[in-house]
Amino acid sequence: MKSMILGGLAVLALVAPAFAQGSLTVYTYESFTSEWGPGPQVEKAFEAQCGCDVKFVSVADGVALLNRLRLEGASSPAEVVLGLDTNLTAEAKSTGLFAPHGVSAEGLTVPGGWSDTSFLPFDYGYFAVVYDTQAVQTPPASLKELVEGDPNQKIVIQDPRTSTPGLGLLLWVRAVYGDDAPQAWEKLKRRVLTVTPGWSEAYGLFTKGEAPMVLSYTTSPAYHLVSEKTDRYKVASFSEGHYLQVEVAGQTVKGAQNPLAKQFLQFMTGPGFQDAIPETNWMFPAGKTDKPLDPAFATLVKPAKTLSFPPEEVAEKRKAWIDEWLAAMSR
Amino acid sequence: MTDRRIWAGWTALLFAGVLLGGAFAGMLFEVLRSGGSTGGFDFYLARITGFTLWQAVLSTLVSVVPGLIVARALHRQESFPGRSLLLGLFAVPLALPAIVAALGLLALLGREGLLAKPLNAVLGEPWPGIYGLSGILIAHAFFNMPLAARLFLGALETVPADQWRLARQLGFNARQTFRLVEWPPLRTSLPGVAGLVFMLCVTSFTIVLTLGGGPRATTLEVAIYQALRFDFDPARAALLTVVQLVLAGAAVALLGLLGADTDAEPNLSISARRFANGGRVQTALDALVILLALIFVGAPMVAVLWSGLQADLWRLVGENAVRRATGVSLALAAVSGLLAALLAWSLAAARHASRSRFSRALFGTGASFSLVVPPILIGAGWFMALRETGQVFTVAPVMVASVNALMAVPFALRVVRPAFDAAAARHDRLCLSLGLRGVNRLWLVDWPNLRRPLFTALAFGMALSLGDLGVIALFGSDALKTLPYLLFERMGSYRTADAAGLALLLGLLCLALMLAANRLGRDREPA
Repeated sequence: MKSMILGGLAVLALVAPAFAQGSLTVYTYESFTSEWGPGPQVEKAFEAQCGCDVKFVSVADGVALLNRLRLEGASSPAEVVLGLDTNLTAEAKSTGLFAPHGVSAEGLTVPGGWSDTSFLPFDYGYFAVVYDTQAVQTPPASLKELVEGDPNQKIVIQDPRTSTPGLGLLLWVRAVYGDDAPQAWEKLKRRVLTVTPGWSEAYGLFTKGEAPMVLSYTTSPAYHLVSEKTDRYKVASFSEGHYLQVEVAGQTVKGAQNPLAKQFLQFMTGPGFQDAIPETNWMFPAGKTDKPLDPAFATLVKPAKTLSFPPEEVAEKRKAWIDEWLAAMSR
Repeated sequence: MTDRRIWAGWTALLFAGVLLGGAFAGMLFEVLRSGGSTGGFDFYLARITGFTLWQAVLSTLVSVVPGLIVARALHRQESFPGRSLLLGLFAVPLALPAIVAALGLLALLGREGLLAKPLNAVLGEPWPGIYGLSGILIAHAFFNMPLAARLFLGALETVPADQWRLARQLGFNARQTFRLVEWPPLRTSLPGVAGLVFMLCVTSFTIVLTLGGGPRATTLEVAIYQALRFDFDPARAALLTVVQLVLAGAAVALLGLLGADTDAEPNLSISARRFANGGRVQTALDALVILLALIFVGAPMVAVLWSGLQADLWRLVGENAVRRATGVSLALAAVSGLLAALLAWSLAAARHASRSRFSRALFGTGASFSLVVPPILIGAGWFMALRETGQVFTVAPVMVASVNALMAVPFALRVVRPAFDAAAARHDRLCLSLGLRGVNRLWLVDWPNLRRPLFTALAFGMALSLGDLGVIALFGSDALKTLPYLLFERMGSYRTADAAGLALLLGLLCLALMLAANRLGRDREPA
């Protein structure tokens, strides 16, 4: 029976490439490909342009994306990987699985500018605590207030081992507390209702009313303003500043052999892709869009200060910091 | 002919050996490669090892003590309407996939569960839900309390009726009856039952994964899964696997010392006994205990049914993802069940045909070691072994089917072997004198006799594989999703209604298979 299955798989493996002509395999995270995410719109627009078939393969969140890729190694079918962030680019590059993108980043504007030759940014945002005004009267005004606040007022966060927002919060706490981060986590832990593997689950819990606060982005209220016409959900502006996330995509070594991969990255920098970003991914577009942003985006919290670590430092310390987090959270 | 049967037995053992050996090799390779470095990991490791043991001890307590009380009540009340139905109900948790039970408990006691509102009112503050240790304990008790009660009841029923009569004649009060009549058989079975429950809780994966809720309530098995799927840290996973193996091994050794019966399949005689025992107060107390047990075991099942029916089952069944997952699940389960039945047949045949005591023992018990090594450990080992090849997700179907088949073999053997031995004892000489052998004998003699037990083994193997989340959690991806995997995903993204509908579907499928297995097993004509 086992040999039958193996045999069947072998046949599949032989047949599959025959269908693969004119197709592009894009690895990304779940909320990108969901019904409400940018995926469907982007897929349609690009397929119209290239006359090819785009196949999205999605995993829980950005960090899981990198894990999946490392696990599959050189035999991964991924040709474009979309949804890593700058905290992961150094580690991603060191896998040797990525090829230079060869696309000009000229039209792209992200805070701090762009010079990476392996990855191209497609959007950016700032991590933030979003709260429900019906449940929270006095939101925390700083990370310190969040850490030391009432343990009965809960927050949902994401797991830094799988999720880029989770990793973002880990780095945010690091940036503010330095080596005292483990102590801060031990305090914050009391307010954490649960740790979810990805952003979608956490935000789902929050909007269902399970928790009055969630780790998300400064741009999240724009969704509620534009799509739901409500200002019920707001961002707590933190005096220490907000941690920056730049989301990137790149082509794999395998993808470099498929001209569609580069074409996709080129397409990503243009309005066909960028138009979808603000009101499906709810982030700031890195490239030019055809029409201006909805006025709701102008009402959002602007971080007093932008925090970030160099990708190399994150690559070097991520494991140790996550171990610290695990130890603190399990205490 | 003899040779061929023994050869089949060796093939079966080889299959098990390759599956286990590959897993161990993968793990060992990973340990050697990492050079045993664990980094700043020691505290976390100690912490989750401690939690694994702690939750198992507590789970054992909350399962065994109530189990004992319920068994006594059931034993004293030997005839009330629905007693055998109740005992049947107590067998259901064993057949229910853990994830379905977890969902039932959440539907009942979760923050948005059926009981959340009344609990809010009683507590005067928002009900905190059951994520974490409390959820794990309740779920483990749901599975193991009925098991313990059935095992204890079996022990109590070994007390000869004469002793009861004697106790009556001597005018024993309740305490004396307990101390002198009931306690001795209970005490004898206590270590075994407690050990078995402890073992089941130490290796429990699905419950902790679904109800644990974050790093605070994580056991070794869940940490292994996270190390592989979250951190991508095979060295850490290997270390965790070693610790878990040592722990499980020690638990099994302890179990052996205590003389536990790991069969976990108590045969209850429901035959009426002697005379009622105790006064009206006692009867009322017993009734209360039995009622509470009924509610405790029955409510989560009702909750699964209730919340499942609330879901938009029609849309769900029409969904492509659900149809595909059901198809994948059934196909894998069929392969797995078939494989389990074949393996059991081969082992039974080889054992019967072999002459030496050693090989008889080998074919007889060789496959039951799979009980010691939980599926996720085998899965994890192979995951590590395969990762270099980059084919981890390609071989997923093979892993899911074969690991679950191996897990089902000990149970399948228990059905197939007695039937095989009985049939062989009856027909061997006849076949020899008629010169009936090979395919002819298989078709004319063996198949008609073994058909039923083999189907029982198949159905059981299918049910076991259908409910698996351990192997698929590691190997699943959006290319291969089984029903439990899909259910876990929907649960993870808080699409509760979908999850409830899927749980109902999965629970019914497993229950139907288990019932079929039972029926086929019972109706077997006496050999």
